[in-house]
Amino acid sequence: MADTRRPAKSGTTVKRKGESADVLRGYYEQMVLVREFELRASEMYARAKIGGYCHLNLGEEATVVGLMAALQERDYLFTTYRDHGYAIIRGMDPGAVMAELFGKSTGVVGGRGGSMHMFDYALRMMGGYGIVGGQIPPATGAAFAINYRSEAGKDAEAVMCLLGDATTNIGAFHESLNLAGLWKLPIVYVIVNNRLGMGTPVERASAEPDLYKRGCAYRIPGVRVDGDDPIAVRDAALAALEKARVERQPAILETMSFRLKGHSVVDPARYRSTADNEEAQENDPVPAFRNRLLNDGVLDAAAAEAIHDAVEARVTAAVDFADSSPDPSPDDLFDFVYATPVANASRAYPGDPVMATS
Amino acid sequence: MTELSYRQALNDTLRAELTRDENVYLIGEEIGVFEGSYKITAGLLAEFGPKRVVDTPISEEGFTGVAIGSAMLGLRPVVEIMTLNFSLIAIDQIVNHAAKMYGMFGGQVRVPMVIRTPGGGGQQLAATHSQNLEVWYAHIPGLKVVAPSNPADAKALLTAAIRDDDPVLFLENLALYNAKGEVPDGEQVGEIGKAAVAREGSDITVVSYSRGVVTALDVAEQFASDGVSVEVVDLRSLRPLDRDTVCESVRKTSRAVIFEDDLLSYGIGAEISATIGEGAFDWLDAPVRRVAAAEVPLPYSKPLESAAMPDAAALSKVIRETLAASGFTGGRRG
Repeated sequence: MADTRRPAKSGTTVKRKGESADVLRGYYEQMVLVREFELRASEMYARAKIGGYCHLNLGEEATVVGLMAALQERDYLFTTYRDHGYAIIRGMDPGAVMAELFGKSTGVVGGRGGSMHMFDYALRMMGGYGIVGGQIPPATGAAFAINYRSEAGKDAEAVMCLLGDATTNIGAFHESLNLAGLWKLPIVYVIVNNRLGMGTPVERASAEPDLYKRGCAYRIPGVRVDGDDPIAVRDAALAALEKARVERQPAILETMSFRLKGHSVVDPARYRSTADNEEAQENDPVPAFRNRLLNDGVLDAAAAEAIHDAVEARVTAAVDFADSSPDPSPDDLFDFVYATPVANASRAYPGDPVMATS
Repeated sequence: MTELSYRQALNDTLRAELTRDENVYLIGEEIGVFEGSYKITAGLLAEFGPKRVVDTPISEEGFTGVAIGSAMLGLRPVVEIMTLNFSLIAIDQIVNHAAKMYGMFGGQVRVPMVIRTPGGGGQQLAATHSQNLEVWYAHIPGLKVVAPSNPADAKALLTAAIRDDDPVLFLENLALYNAKGEVPDGEQVGEIGKAAVAREGSDITVVSYSRGVVTALDVAEQFASDGVSVEVVDLRSLRPLDRDTVCESVRKTSRAVIFEDDLLSYGIGAEISATIGEGAFDWLDAPVRRVAAAEVPLPYSKPLESAAMPDAAALSKVIRETLAASGFTGGRRG
């Protein structure tokens, strides 16, 4: 029986009109960067340099790169907690992202957010979000603000909101889609379908497991794309974003990929069968894309090796930066509670007298 | 000064802020065509149009989150949640998102939004529609929670809330909408985080907020005719909490009663009581007492509803008991 969860492969060649070798090599380099960064994050977690939860983009590299290639600087991005790769490819410095994982003052949000909460307003990376589905209403609100302030058109801004497959079952998803459909908001909801919500397969969680169809109740069209192919992902995202800009037509894009490891770095994923694991490894997008580029003569072995070495050096530099960065000071604990200063805001540390002044 | 109802003060303030700043918009259920469940937004759709006065489907989590996201991009939404009870459907967006973003994202993004919502029982709306859940929000750093008790404060604090760059929960009360009071003309920007002495007195302090202040002022007036001088402190802001004004009053009167619409255990009064214990212990002549709602799902039937809600009689009784416990000898009752 054919696997309906996966669209037919677009082929093993990437040669197509207008696809420059530089761009393709650039995508490959970005995919390798995400891969190496995440492997190193996993290692740093094991060495207790990183605390809390730590979810990796391993297996999602082609989706990360394809989506970020489609996004314009003027667009806004909201992601899930599995956000390191998106943060880096959107333009954050890998050193600052690693420093955030290390909880250092040089992290992208000064060590206040950690793995799940990468954020950079200047890059319009509007945050990784730890609460499943929590990002969807605010992302929809960003699209509302675009609609409020500006006209539709080719140069209009748009919002890309990422969510996982299991998130399509939460109320916030459905309320947001209804509002976006009703108000015609410029937003693309990208369902990153890696087949598993933690340990629960999509088919055991969603009554309609063809997730790209879940917008039909809101007249929001959806398409499914091979998430292991960065070009297919990019082109599908470009098309959806274009409709969002020009027609204010919200859309769903479902990207199909595999999670190569557990839900988070501490999850050994014992619930996965050997066959499932083998299928995931066989579809690993990084060697697959390298082989395609090698087959097409876009890349040779030496160039691939050089890319890998350069990325590894970059990631090592990121770790060194994070490791040598200062911790935040407890003196700064009460910074950023309120944006507008307010009378009688508490600055009491545990054990301090309760009175603000006494 | 003009005499206005609490409702009219809110309506006037919304109109003034919509006129002043085009980034201000209103969003909520039935606020436009229907003009608001309690008519706070009456006339505003006709005046400002559907872009500025946005009717939503019934989806509190969705539209509250939409307001948050639009605030992140610089708009200044004023959300109406039909009653405080329904805010529970949006609580993830309020507590996990609006309240967290400024701090969690290292001060990079502000969430300038107001959530207006009425609490309060006494309308025979039964258990799910009569709650005073303000302490749930007052517990959360990152939020500001204000609870004005009169039309003048309603105007000044709503203006301040709309111009504030943090999420502000603006607590109204169903029983206050028709209350009238003198309201200063022209622009009035209140200060969030400050309590007020609503009535000066020397024998005992009553601490309250929102509707409770109205009852407390009535009771204070009755005691005055008996020669007992009751000071009433109106908290106005539940987060931040002006502990200094509370303790300063109790240091003067040596006696304190807290009158609150919410439930007794873990309520606003518990926090005030602990504050007095720490900040005015040596001045106290009697234990601090609390007058709060009975701990039951509020029943529909009027006699049962009334029995569960704190009222003037209960407050008067506890004031008398507190005076007696401290050997108070002033006043005609002795």
